[in-house]
Amino acid sequence: MTPGILGRIKALGLGGSEAPDGRPRVSPDSVDGLAAVLGLANEQGWKVRIEGARTWMPADAPADLAVSTERLDRIVSVAPSDLVAAVQGGATRRAVAERLVAHRTWVAIDAPGSPDRTLGSILATGTTGAVRHRFGPLRDQVLGTTVVTGDGRIVRAGGVVVKNVAGFDLSKVQIGGFGAFGVIAETNLRLRALPAGRRTLLAIGDLDLLANAARALVEAGVDAVTVELVSPATTGSASWRLLVEIAGTEEGVLAEAERARRIGADLVWEVLSGPAGAAFQSAIAEAALDGPVTIRLGVLPQSIPEVADLMVERLGPGRQSASAGRGGLRWTGHPPPEALIALRHQLAAREIPVTVERAPWSFRAKTGHFGAFREGVRPLSDRVRAVFDPTGLLMAPLEGPGDA
Amino acid sequence: MNPTAADLGAELAAIVGTRWVKIRDAERRTYEGDGLPTHASVPMLVVLPGSTDEVIAVVRRLAARQVPWVARGAGTGLSGGALADPNAVLIPLTRLNRIISIDPVNRRAVIEPGVVNAKLSEAAAPYGLLYAPDPSSQTACTIGGNVAENAGGPHCLKYGATTSHVVALDVVLADGTLATLGSPQGEPWGPDLVGLFVGSEGMFGIALGITVRLEPIPAAIRTLLADFMSVRAATEAVGTIIESGVVPAALELLDQACIKAVEASIYAAGYPTDAAAVLLVELDGTESGVRADSVVVEALLHRFGARSVRSAESPEARAKLWQGRKKAFGAMGRIARDLVVQDAVVPRTALPDLLDTITALGRQYGLTIANVFHAGDGNLHPNICYDHRDPELRQRVEAASAAIMKACIAAGGSITGEHGVGSDKIDYMPLIFDPTTLATMCAVRRAFDPSESANPGKVVPLHYCREWRPGPLA
Repeated sequence: MTPGILGRIKALGLGGSEAPDGRPRVSPDSVDGLAAVLGLANEQGWKVRIEGARTWMPADAPADLAVSTERLDRIVSVAPSDLVAAVQGGATRRAVAERLVAHRTWVAIDAPGSPDRTLGSILATGTTGAVRHRFGPLRDQVLGTTVVTGDGRIVRAGGVVVKNVAGFDLSKVQIGGFGAFGVIAETNLRLRALPAGRRTLLAIGDLDLLANAARALVEAGVDAVTVELVSPATTGSASWRLLVEIAGTEEGVLAEAERARRIGADLVWEVLSGPAGAAFQSAIAEAALDGPVTIRLGVLPQSIPEVADLMVERLGPGRQSASAGRGGLRWTGHPPPEALIALRHQLAAREIPVTVERAPWSFRAKTGHFGAFREGVRPLSDRVRAVFDPTGLLMAPLEGPGDA
Repeated sequence: MNPTAADLGAELAAIVGTRWVKIRDAERRTYEGDGLPTHASVPMLVVLPGSTDEVIAVVRRLAARQVPWVARGAGTGLSGGALADPNAVLIPLTRLNRIISIDPVNRRAVIEPGVVNAKLSEAAAPYGLLYAPDPSSQTACTIGGNVAENAGGPHCLKYGATTSHVVALDVVLADGTLATLGSPQGEPWGPDLVGLFVGSEGMFGIALGITVRLEPIPAAIRTLLADFMSVRAATEAVGTIIESGVVPAALELLDQACIKAVEASIYAAGYPTDAAAVLLVELDGTESGVRADSVVVEALLHRFGARSVRSAESPEARAKLWQGRKKAFGAMGRIARDLVVQDAVVPRTALPDLLDTITALGRQYGLTIANVFHAGDGNLHPNICYDHRDPELRQRVEAASAAIMKACIAAGGSITGEHGVGSDKIDYMPLIFDPTTLATMCAVRRAFDPSESANPGKVVPLHYCREWRPGPLA
């Protein structure tokens, strides 16, 4: 079968190769090329898995064809005065960051995992990082998307302006849609001006103590970019850590860092300079790969300590981090799928969704990325998915077999 | 009276009570328009449910009778989005006005759709919190309407529009089924259906319960008024402030026509009437942060030719400066009998040239166009003055509006930043979206409302909705 598929792909003039698992793989270098591949796959009834840099989601879905975005890696434009950039889905976070720094800008996307993850992977899996505390989730950083649907249509939603309500916001369903709603070929990002100063404050202690301190900082309105609780296993230390990053003008950062230390006077704070703070945060980001499964929980700030304890009890210590001000907890480890499903149903009763962000296919196929759906969500999700992938060729197990 | 309407009115009265069904001509005419004076349509009848159960029962009854319907908030919209045709039932939701809960620790509120925007911030204030989206109509508009339109406002520059503040929705779909979208924290139970629903202009269903994020009231606020002798200089200052890294809470521009209207009205704010434009710059945050940002902003304002920069020295002075801005549309009633408040967005760097273009178009069409807008995010509001009784003048207004839209699109912008497409801008949609994308929007709408009975005929021109339908589920 492989030569047949590769032959058909090569006939499109797109090249092709074999993935490590022996499946045919094609890497289009244009949006039109991607549309041609998916159009052909739809016509032929081939199941397709989408691959980025293969540093986050294992490229192990049992598809007929692997479609890689690795050659859709251009940073199409950067408009520093308008604080907008257009980036292809296969561009890596590292490449985007380096290009933006040259324009004295950055984008508030600090997803966990390798810096060589693609923007498409980050957006499709909806993996927000610690800066969501100040700048909000990924959806707030995206102004528009160009998506190729499962049947090869090119859909362009949103635009390049920072405020836009023309038409339905089709980009939203792509972010955190795990590729079930098409392939993110290009995205327009909202940029921020690079701050002049940056300090990271670190405190060590037990979780309740740090959570209380974090709450005090948030209630006092400390102007932080991140207020993140990090579990012992994540940093290889014996205790939880509270990481507070402050950015802005040099003068403003110094004043605010001092104020934060005064408010958290019960704690011993370590102050990291800009580069040291960035290195520490990178280490946390990469710790999300220290286990085959990463999940995120939609937990409110007040419940973080209790749910973090529950995670240890039900799934093991894992690597945990949580946004103390905005809510949300990420856990990485090696759980049995049955334990995750049981936990998901337990937490659903408390209105806490549990999403599988990253896992081998064998795990995802059992648990789905989502589950324990609230009323009416599953049929709506299925109908919207059918709009973007009418024949269901995109291999993305949004739900497990038992979820209705 | 249409007997079908009479029968239907009786059925709906059985659900909500006779008092809350409006079938007489004069009653229905009350609901023929919204805040946009160029469009009007009298609904078949009007039904005002008083509870979520009544809304659900009304929608189910209308689904059974295959009657289209339009949900409406306070009717302050500016795109003709909540107008119902004579064959459709209008469902105002203003009686569902309860703030169900406020959770100050997690900074959440759960409300019904008819809660007036400003009332939520009033209720949250004792906890040191506020609801950030603040459309100019915030003392009248409802949050349900804000959800439908993804409403913005001056402070969305820093805090984002409605979509950034809604974390969960309990909705009823057009077939009467219920769905719980999102979660109190904001993480969805599946794909981001909340994000899809917000801004769907009432075409996906009705939000019955809305969970929103609240923001802390800033510890420090500084409001600056800078006046310029040229609009271009003012708009160039805007771009430079944003590029500097300072993120003002709001950054608004009023041009001379608008300044004069405000200063001649009861909303006089002390804007200098000989200025070509004023910028209202609000900085908020911590004491030290606001102090540092003020130094940067004031220097930039002077560098770009501000004749003077003054700061509101008291909450009363700040309120006065904002009153002039927020009531500017009302003040312009002094200039002309009617006013079309247009809405478009351009990249910020395009603002100086766009303002020149709008001025030229005003001259070309012989119209007075006053500008008061959210300059910080490039969201223009050209206000076109006219008298709706003059058909020739109306035609010129339409032509000028179209020309402004096309200029904004040519500059890389969009046809609406916060008012929505509604009826008003539906014909411009093919100018910014290709047929495939428009057809996909229609298909997504049908995923929520296969019968296309919720707010029919808005947002996407009908013929784009007939070209492509999804295949069977895999």
